[in-house]
Amino acid sequence: MKVVISGCGRVGGFLAGLLDSEGHEVTIVDLDKGAFMHLPDGFGGTTHLGNGVDLDVLRQVGVDRADAFLALTQGDNRNLMAAQIAKEIFRVQRVVAKVNDPIRAQIYRDKGIITFSRTTILGLLVHAMLMDETEIGEKLLGRMLEVERGLAGRDAKPRRVPAEARR
Amino acid sequence: MYVLVAGGGEVGFHLAKALIEAAHEVVVIESDRRRAQWIEEQLGSVVLNAPADEGRYQIEAGCQRADAVLAVTGDDAKNLVICQLARHNCPGGRVIARVNDPKNEIVFKALGIDETVSSTRVLMNVLEQELPTSGFLPLMPLTGSHLEIIEAEISPGTPAVGRSVRSLKLPEGSLVGGIVRSGKVVPAVGEAVLEVGDRVIVFAPTVAEADVRKVLAG
Repeated sequence: MKVVISGCGRVGGFLAGLLDSEGHEVTIVDLDKGAFMHLPDGFGGTTHLGNGVDLDVLRQVGVDRADAFLALTQGDNRNLMAAQIAKEIFRVQRVVAKVNDPIRAQIYRDKGIITFSRTTILGLLVHAMLMDETEIGEKLLGRMLEVERGLAGRDAKPRRVPAEARR
Repeated sequence: MYVLVAGGGEVGFHLAKALIEAAHEVVVIESDRRRAQWIEEQLGSVVLNAPADEGRYQIEAGCQRADAVLAVTGDDAKNLVICQLARHNCPGGRVIARVNDPKNEIVFKALGIDETVSSTRVLMNVLEQELPTSGFLPLMPLTGSHLEIIEAEISPGTPAVGRSVRSLKLPEGSLVGGIVRSGKVVPAVGEAVLEVGDRVIVFAPTVAEADVRKVLAG
């Protein structure tokens, strides 16, 4: 699957690494070069420095040929605009936008954009953990622990950084 | 008229001031507390200190009875969301967006926001009309459509010289409305042949402006 991600923060960087490790073709866009540090070592996808709501930038990174577009920047509005461009102009099949304002998330979900709000997801998850509602939390928490153990394990090993990567 | 001005920057402030002077009822929504306070000192209690891109504040500002919502922040993505939320929360009124990057005019139209104003584009149009040598003048956009009126002077050596109106390969959806020849209007029938010095008036989709230029001005 060809996936384009806008926004290389913690979530974007993590997800790009996860999809890349599963063998998907990942391109990640961010305005800030420093943001690419959120990508895991050995990331095999493409990074592109540019504005993820800019029509020309999105065309350049091949959104028109992408199977999925994920808008994960810190700005709700930027994510909503980029997601709508991907869906309505480039006709991308699967479009997901991170929208932290739950009300806005709901309105745009009705317009056919898959939105998720960190606010409600995290809030409900923590609530489930607190109330021992294992049904909601168990699966997600299990997967989370599995992935995080992998990340920590990789970090704990003393790594030899290749000379060309140290520049 | 009751007008909601979303964003109290330079554009929003002066717009609100002008509307108030013209006896319209105005509410400015501005998220920055100090800026909101300053506007209130200048214009009176017409400010709601809140983010304009959250629906509940649009409703609190009374957008249901607004005749128009103007999204004029300096952030195109924010203006888009303000307009779309206004459409959702307050159907009925007009919704107009300021766009900073001119190519977002096309984006906004594709996403359902038809009325946009781009200062870059306005300035370019003024400049193009000022330049006598250019010969290609986008005269004005037609409101409520994606069309504009273009005037093109046929210069020597350009591809349109000696061609009939019918044989011009104008982009789809455009039409030659008339030809001005030696100060007189000549009907733009299919057989009319263009001569050097003719001024051709064309109705064309805004997005096809570059193609019209290619056909008439080379």
